Amino acid sequence: MASNAKFNFKKSITDALADKQLRANFKFATDTLRGKRLAVFSDPEETMHLRKVGNGLKRNVLTKLPQLLEQLEAKCKENGIIVHWAETVDEANNIVLDLMEKHSAHKMVKGKSMVSEEMHLNKFLEDQGKLPLETDLGEYIIQLNNEPPSHIIVPAVHKNRKQIAQIFADNIPGVSYTEDTSELLAIARHKLREHYRTADIGLSGVNFAIAESGTLCLVENEGNGRMCTAVPPVHVALMGLEKVVEKLEDIPPLYRLLCGSATGQRITTYFNMIKGPRKAGEKDGPKEVHLIILDNGRSKILADKQLRQTLQCIRCGTCLNHCPVYTRIGGHAYGSTYPGPIGEILMPQVEGLDKKGSLPTASSLCNACEEVCPVMIPIPNLIRRLRDESYDMDGEGVVKGHGFKKSLVETIVWKGWKLTQVNATCNKLMLLGVQLFGNMLPKVGPLKAWTSVRTSPKFARQSLKDLAKKEGIRNE
Amino acid sequence: MSNTSARENIFARLHASSIAGASYAPVAEKWVPAPIEDKAARVARFVELMSAMRTEVHQVKGDEWVGKLQEIMKERGLKNLVYGQNTEISKKLEAAWKGQKDIAPLVPWTADIEEFRDELFEASAGITTTMGGIAESAAMVLWPSPEEPRLLSLVPPVHFAVVKADKIWTSFAEAIEALDWNAKAPTNALLISGPSKTADIELILQFGVHGPTDLIVFVVD
Repeated sequence: MASNAKFNFKKSITDALADKQLRANFKFATDTLRGKRLAVFSDPEETMHLRKVGNGLKRNVLTKLPQLLEQLEAKCKENGIIVHWAETVDEANNIVLDLMEKHSAHKMVKGKSMVSEEMHLNKFLEDQGKLPLETDLGEYIIQLNNEPPSHIIVPAVHKNRKQIAQIFADNIPGVSYTEDTSELLAIARHKLREHYRTADIGLSGVNFAIAESGTLCLVENEGNGRMCTAVPPVHVALMGLEKVVEKLEDIPPLYRLLCGSATGQRITTYFNMIKGPRKAGEKDGPKEVHLIILDNGRSKILADKQLRQTLQCIRCGTCLNHCPVYTRIGGHAYGSTYPGPIGEILMPQVEGLDKKGSLPTASSLCNACEEVCPVMIPIPNLIRRLRDESYDMDGEGVVKGHGFKKSLVETIVWKGWKLTQVNATCNKLMLLGVQLFGNMLPKVGPLKAWTSVRTSPKFARQSLKDLAKKEGIRNE
Repeated sequence: MSNTSARENIFARLHASSIAGASYAPVAEKWVPAPIEDKAARVARFVELMSAMRTEVHQVKGDEWVGKLQEIMKERGLKNLVYGQNTEISKKLEAAWKGQKDIAPLVPWTADIEEFRDELFEASAGITTTMGGIAESAAMVLWPSPEEPRLLSLVPPVHFAVVKADKIWTSFAEAIEALDWNAKAPTNALLISGPSKTADIELILQFGVHGPTDLIVFVVD
């Protein structure tokens, strides 16, 4: 979803919570996905070992990111892949457009790519008179309904079968309403196979790019990714620069972690490893392969030792499924390309705290996301860090827009609080005040909001300090 | 187009951002599934896990698979079978089809996709060799070649594949080593673990969305 000044997180949360169907759809989906993950990672000891390996591999990548990207670029070139660099989403969009213009391409078939969502590529290409077609079934459904994905892995998870049946009937000419999933599948298959056959260009994301061999790895179940990357004459792959891995032998554990965390599978139907365009003598495959490597704020994230852990993410979406907040409000409420816990730490760093700083408030800090993260990103710690930076506590923020929540009243209140904690007289006065007037505080302003969902505390007649002085401490 | 200043700016930031010389020692070194030493156990595991994902697996001896293939084609009323010429299996296919009138025709893939595309999209089945299989993840390794192009295993609704029992390894890591993957991998290499599938509608698992609706594997001993 496009980020805009109008984004009002509170309102979108309220709206989402009021939508019973949406909540039911999400509860069902996240419950199911959690169960599947648990079934495939049934041995806690082995899972922990695997996660440690995944964490080590990705941290290793981050310590030598520039070298690995240089190596990847060189190897890709050797393999005949043309490499492009984009600092911003605008640059990346224009590279795609230029490639389409160069090949007089009108129709693009697209495999699933979160980076293309980040770029709002479809809207950009449509505005230029091009025809980008999503081919992943979930993406196809929501494109028909003109919506962004609500989940990283299952983009149409917010819709139930009846809603999807209606979307098909309303948007595909000649299709009548059917709730039969196999019929819905047959309709999509029929429509999309014709598009694969006739598309001018194919686009895909990249799950892993292997530096030592210049290989692009794509993970999928449907086969649409293979269609998009093998049938049209030109293949364009999009990746965020953190997707590079060092060696081929790093792939098996990362692939296992990705499949198990994302969908609870041991392996996906297809693991597609592309090393370049069609070679002399080969009868199929694209004649040109382009790789666009996008920065969009990532190289800056790398600068901070703590926050850089965000870049370890392999986009499995399991933190979404385990988040009590995401489960209740769904992906669209976050108003961002990446929803859920990972979105809460990634989006403010990419777009700035002033724009997306409200996202880290949508966490109960229950640690579920950290416990399941396949590469062990300490998401709750990073959420706390971003909350702190929102107030610019130490005045040393590195994230764009830090200190956006700082207000004079709050600063004065905290300064006052500090005084009552370091100065004995002030402390006494404060305690006395609370004892006498604490229960008479009028419920207005922030206090009204706070108590609207919480029971306000009752202040005792005597402070704990006084009691301890009088009675001593029991069991000492 | 490719913007050199974008590249320079990105690398300038990356170099400034990375902590120079900070080498990282991982907590856990490696993850490799314990090898299944016994071949029969590896094959059994492969068959069990492949079948669980709705792959039809037939265990056969020697050249028996060709007869089984013809049988299945008749049973299902498949109208043709696309294959690659000059492969290990092609001679057996051609020999078995010679003089046969009541079996759906073999269609060799000889032209580039540009000329062959329409015929391929109309085909009802395709057959490929494989480099082997992986027991623990239940996948076949495919290395498409000039003889057996990549779309042969994707476009026809039924995909037949031949896997040699003695080329079934325990894990992906083992296969990487056994095949000398790094040095020898082709333009496009694949792991395939079943027919095309999706769970995008209410997380209900459905088969045959874009690629083959049926995967039929002959494990040849």
